[in-house]
Amino acid sequence: MARVPVAKGVFTWPSDDPQLIGSRCGACGIVAFPAQDACPRCASTAMSARLLPRRGRLWAWTTQEFPPPSPPYTGPTGEAFAPFGVGYVELADEVKVEARLTQIHGLRIGMDMELVLVPFRTDGDGNEVVAFAFKPVC
Amino acid sequence: MDVAIVGVGLHPFGRFAGATGIEMGAIAIRRALADAGVAWRDVQFAFAGSYEIDNPDAVVALMGLTGIPFTNVYNGCATAASVLAQAANAIRLGDHELGLAVGMDKHLPGAFSSDPRLYACPSWYGEIGHFVTTKFFGMKINKYMHDHGISAATLARVAAKNYRNGALNENAFRRKPLSEAEILGSRMLNHPLTQYMFCSPDEGAAAVVLCRADRARRYTDKPIYLRASAVRTRRLGAFEVHSPWLPIEETAGPTVDASRAAFETAGIGPEDVDVIQLQDTDAGAEVIHLAENGFCADGEQEKLVADGELEIGGRLPVNTDGGLIANGEPIGASGLRQVHEVVLQLRGRAGARQVPGDPKVGYTQLYGAPGVAGVSILSA
Repeated sequence: MARVPVAKGVFTWPSDDPQLIGSRCGACGIVAFPAQDACPRCASTAMSARLLPRRGRLWAWTTQEFPPPSPPYTGPTGEAFAPFGVGYVELADEVKVEARLTQIHGLRIGMDMELVLVPFRTDGDGNEVVAFAFKPVC
Repeated sequence: MDVAIVGVGLHPFGRFAGATGIEMGAIAIRRALADAGVAWRDVQFAFAGSYEIDNPDAVVALMGLTGIPFTNVYNGCATAASVLAQAANAIRLGDHELGLAVGMDKHLPGAFSSDPRLYACPSWYGEIGHFVTTKFFGMKINKYMHDHGISAATLARVAAKNYRNGALNENAFRRKPLSEAEILGSRMLNHPLTQYMFCSPDEGAAAVVLCRADRARRYTDKPIYLRASAVRTRRLGAFEVHSPWLPIEETAGPTVDASRAAFETAGIGPEDVDVIQLQDTDAGAEVIHLAENGFCADGEQEKLVADGELEIGGRLPVNTDGGLIANGEPIGASGLRQVHEVVLQLRGRAGARQVPGDPKVGYTQLYGAPGVAGVSILSA
């Protein structure tokens, strides 16, 4: 069974130390995620790829305790659904990224978090589809 | 040209198997026309709002094919406020003397969903389970509670108040009072928000007849004046629904911007408002919106709620008809339901829900995905 990313260009793949792929505006310097062609602050199209820091601090969080409406959600539903955390992680002083969190208990605003890749479903070919998530740094 | 509201009508909110959204819209229109004492042929123009119904103007098939300009508006959860603003502007510009704003919707049960790409989000954002509005509200209030010292008990008290107010409202979806313990003990959906702290998408319709203010007394001895209506969208740095990322810089959300603009236009301040309808998508949203609309400082809600100041008899009566929590949210109609309630309150005809002390100024606010807010200010 192969592991495949949920989409190309979201995080470096394959990699032992995955990084999210954002964009930096050459005109005003803002960092956005995922990569985009135009700047949401100054409308410049001088955007270049930027690998985001792997660590950050938890800025806001909640839990997802029911299966999201499907479509668009493609993960497990019914008995197979397991609640997951969701939050924004502030990566250095660059950008806040919304992500799954690897746990629903013990979450605290301000805690140190690190990027990981987690399996979230098996596709029709039997591949394990992986998404990005953040886990507390012990 | 000032604008007055001379008629309001509502189709109850809830679930109505067999009734179409268009049919509910026609019933709301007939009730608003009867309230104003005018006939459909007197209506010179109309604006209609809906999410589910592609062409709510098709209601003319049930009302009469009179050939009037009839424009459909969809603007997320601020649809009904946008409908009202457009209708009012048609009168302010002098194009027409009397017209109609109507909203109608008929949603399936369960959380709203869509294709993320239609919201400028990537597909994977939905695939992995992020395209869910409720978890945004969970995150926003969870952070707000952390930053400003609001307790889960306060969320339960707000929801219980809205169910209690809904029990007094014959048009409400949920008319059974629920205790704070039942609300806190219901299923956790998105921490700290439980099932009974959320509103539900449902069905219903509401309509408003507007006219030139200088003609209003032809139709009613108690005109209600639309003093301001403002719609705003999110600026960079606001914490909003369906945002895969946020910049480091932070700024106020569209509710704050719409509220300030509306107060400035109306020439009054939050201290002048006697009855308030806020977007209570969940109990936390009502708490946050109380501050975002200028009615209190961040964190003051804990004491205001504990002291009962948000109750019908309190200093800041909020969601006197039960709000979205008791009425549900048919998106196209929701904001006109708020206006309907404020008009009844300012006329002194809200029955068991009447705010005491002869209220003179009312306020309504809508907020929702993907970061849009609408505020209307009315006065007797």
